[in-house]
Amino acid sequence: MTENRFFNRSEFIGILLLAVFLVVVLPLTLDVFRLNLVAKYLTYAFVALGLVICWGYGGILSLGQGVFFGLGGYCMAMFLKLEASSVENTKIQSTPGIPDFMDWNQITALPLFWKPFHSLTFTIAAIILVPGIFALIIGTAMFKRRVGGTYFAIITQAVAAILTILIVGQQGYTGGINGMTDLRTLKGWDIRPDHAKIVLYFFEVGCLFACIMIAQFVRHSKLGRILVAMREKEDRVRFSGYSVANFKIFAFCIAAVFAAIGGAMFALNVGFMSPSFVGIVPSIEMVIYTAVGGRLSILGAIYGTLLVNFAKTSLSETFPELWLFGLGGLFIAVVLAFPNGLAGIWSDYVQPRIDRLISSRKPKPEGWTDSSVADGAPAE
Amino acid sequence: MSDEANKGLLSPLRRKLLMGMAAVPAITMLPRASFAQAPATSAVNTTGLAVTDTEVTVGILHSATGTMAISETGSIEAEKLAIEQINAAGGVLGRKIKFIQEDGASDWPTFAEKAKKLLVNDKVAAIMGCWTSASRKAVLPVMEQYNGMLYYPTFYEGLEQSKNVIYTGQEATQQILAGLNWIAKEKGAKSFFFIGSDYIWPRTSNKIARKHVENVLKGKVVGEEYYPLGNTQFNSVINKIKLTKPDVIFTDVVGGSNVAFYKQLKAAGIDLSKQALLTISVTEDEIDGIGGENIAGAYACMKYFQSLDNPNNKAFVPAFKKMWGEKTVIGDVTQAAYLGPWLWKLTVEKAGSFDIDKIAAASPGVEFKGAPEGYVRIHENHHLWSKTRVGRAKLDGQFELIYETADLVEPDPFPKGYQ
Repeated sequence: MTENRFFNRSEFIGILLLAVFLVVVLPLTLDVFRLNLVAKYLTYAFVALGLVICWGYGGILSLGQGVFFGLGGYCMAMFLKLEASSVENTKIQSTPGIPDFMDWNQITALPLFWKPFHSLTFTIAAIILVPGIFALIIGTAMFKRRVGGTYFAIITQAVAAILTILIVGQQGYTGGINGMTDLRTLKGWDIRPDHAKIVLYFFEVGCLFACIMIAQFVRHSKLGRILVAMREKEDRVRFSGYSVANFKIFAFCIAAVFAAIGGAMFALNVGFMSPSFVGIVPSIEMVIYTAVGGRLSILGAIYGTLLVNFAKTSLSETFPELWLFGLGGLFIAVVLAFPNGLAGIWSDYVQPRIDRLISSRKPKPEGWTDSSVADGAPAE
Repeated sequence: MSDEANKGLLSPLRRKLLMGMAAVPAITMLPRASFAQAPATSAVNTTGLAVTDTEVTVGILHSATGTMAISETGSIEAEKLAIEQINAAGGVLGRKIKFIQEDGASDWPTFAEKAKKLLVNDKVAAIMGCWTSASRKAVLPVMEQYNGMLYYPTFYEGLEQSKNVIYTGQEATQQILAGLNWIAKEKGAKSFFFIGSDYIWPRTSNKIARKHVENVLKGKVVGEEYYPLGNTQFNSVINKIKLTKPDVIFTDVVGGSNVAFYKQLKAAGIDLSKQALLTISVTEDEIDGIGGENIAGAYACMKYFQSLDNPNNKAFVPAFKKMWGEKTVIGDVTQAAYLGPWLWKLTVEKAGSFDIDKIAAASPGVEFKGAPEGYVRIHENHHLWSKTRVGRAKLDGQFELIYETADLVEPDPFPKGYQ
């Protein structure tokens, strides 16, 4: 019964456990401040989820996911900033009614490309479409010319660097290195108090599960199998008559859109957006989350993101001067000892025991052989 | 440990006995108040901050890691020194200061996260912290939402004023105008070339400087150039300087870029003993990296130099070096960071309370006579009245004081005619 287009039985249990963990356990055990931190971590889980499809299944390593995270985040932040910059909130400025950083930079009227962001509908469309179309353009330009592997990774890095420089340089239009701060309300609803943080957390978890479902669907469809085949032996897929480039573009676009949704969630939950999430370093960090979680596992990526960020927060609270070494050690340990990340530990050590436990009680059901990460050995 | 605890117990007991003889009725009515040697916690802390009968907790929030660590370390050290000195002198309202240090990691959202942690989880009574404008802008909404109190040490661009922040550095007009006036008068300067890092502080500072040069000094700005943070190629702007031959090069390049800038300036044959250069961004800390021989002769305009000759500074510099090592240097911001804990202590004692609202209200008018820079006073707008000074860089990396304003300069974060 649980075999369907989205998941097999062990995946179903995994998703159910994650849902219980995020919807019941965390909200009951954490105070609002910590829950809001989890909400912040989960925004990166969207990116990690996209990377599982794009990198884990498709074999396309993108080191520029921060670009899409940033585009989504900035779209959301522009809407929120406009709402926070009402004439009465900004009467101290020389030109009231425009965002504060424009006023500091001697801009006296709202630039044209900002105007549509007065509309929430437009903003939501932009969060999906702007990064999606941008990824389509980059993807088409690269994959149609059969640029792949390391070269593609380098180009995505360059794009991340270019976008950062653009945002920092055009500070009158973007807030520069300070970013957009002091975001306050969404359609008049204050996003800062505790109860709003809780509502936003559950909204975000809902969106995350929607994205997990999409990822699961892709994975179990014919498309997912072609992606894996492409990763393993690209030429064979091409010779079988498939357009490899189109599949790659699709995987890259879906990863970009997931990252953008994460970025928009970030702006909502944290009330802040800055170029420090767009550049090369955050983009690589996002790849690390996926690697720690296990790049072949959708759920692993989410646990990986949570684990790394939780370690980041708690190590830096306990050892303010040494925590980066601890974090670096964690990455090295995970990559050296467990190349398939957390998900690898689960499928190698934990899952077999659970299986044995269950099968010792009742006969093993037929046709159930998959474990959560079983399809496809690592590419290298 | 137990000895100390006993000592601590004895004296209030003795006090209780003494007070008991004098005021038996009062004690029976207010038994808890009699236990505290200082004013009762319930009276001085009505909003649930981390204040006990013997301790009060504050937060220190700077970058201990990342690109800004090199600048912010001095601030952390100065704040720890101030806290130690205050504790040695009896603490605040009879309570020892305990601090929780958090790392902003040169990352603005991390600053916001940690500020929130300090306020919401740790309930700190005040935060000494932030350095860059970007980190302050990220932290400000948190301070306002959770009603905290931030002591911010860096000279900055102004255009900001908050109930929840005390700005212990200078705002832009305070720092810049006196320096420009001095160089215009002293050097007869008429033409200026501006070079800055590309972010809000240099851009706003240069905007103010341009208005002042054009409208007040009746001079001319012959060039204005910006470079990204961390830039190390200044050859093109140095060529432009050679072509335009300005009377004064006015710079607000920050951080590591300074090292490249001054070395390339020297390599291009621009001699700072002949070409006047006025910087508002190079302190003793930066010269440590630039090298005294590359910048000797340049003028810097700010409120504090390590070489200041006054009794407060003569006590402060050795105390700092004793705690943090002979080789450490003390720049303008480090000194301003040192003021934070002291101003907070004085304000708490004036208000007779740790409550944020009472401190915010009591801050205007608080004076600190022991400041290494000399006397300072908090203005109605939560900035400091302070003198502005011009120093000339020497080969040994120190500044020689050339000029200081006769009076304290009024802080004016929203300067009319300069926006």
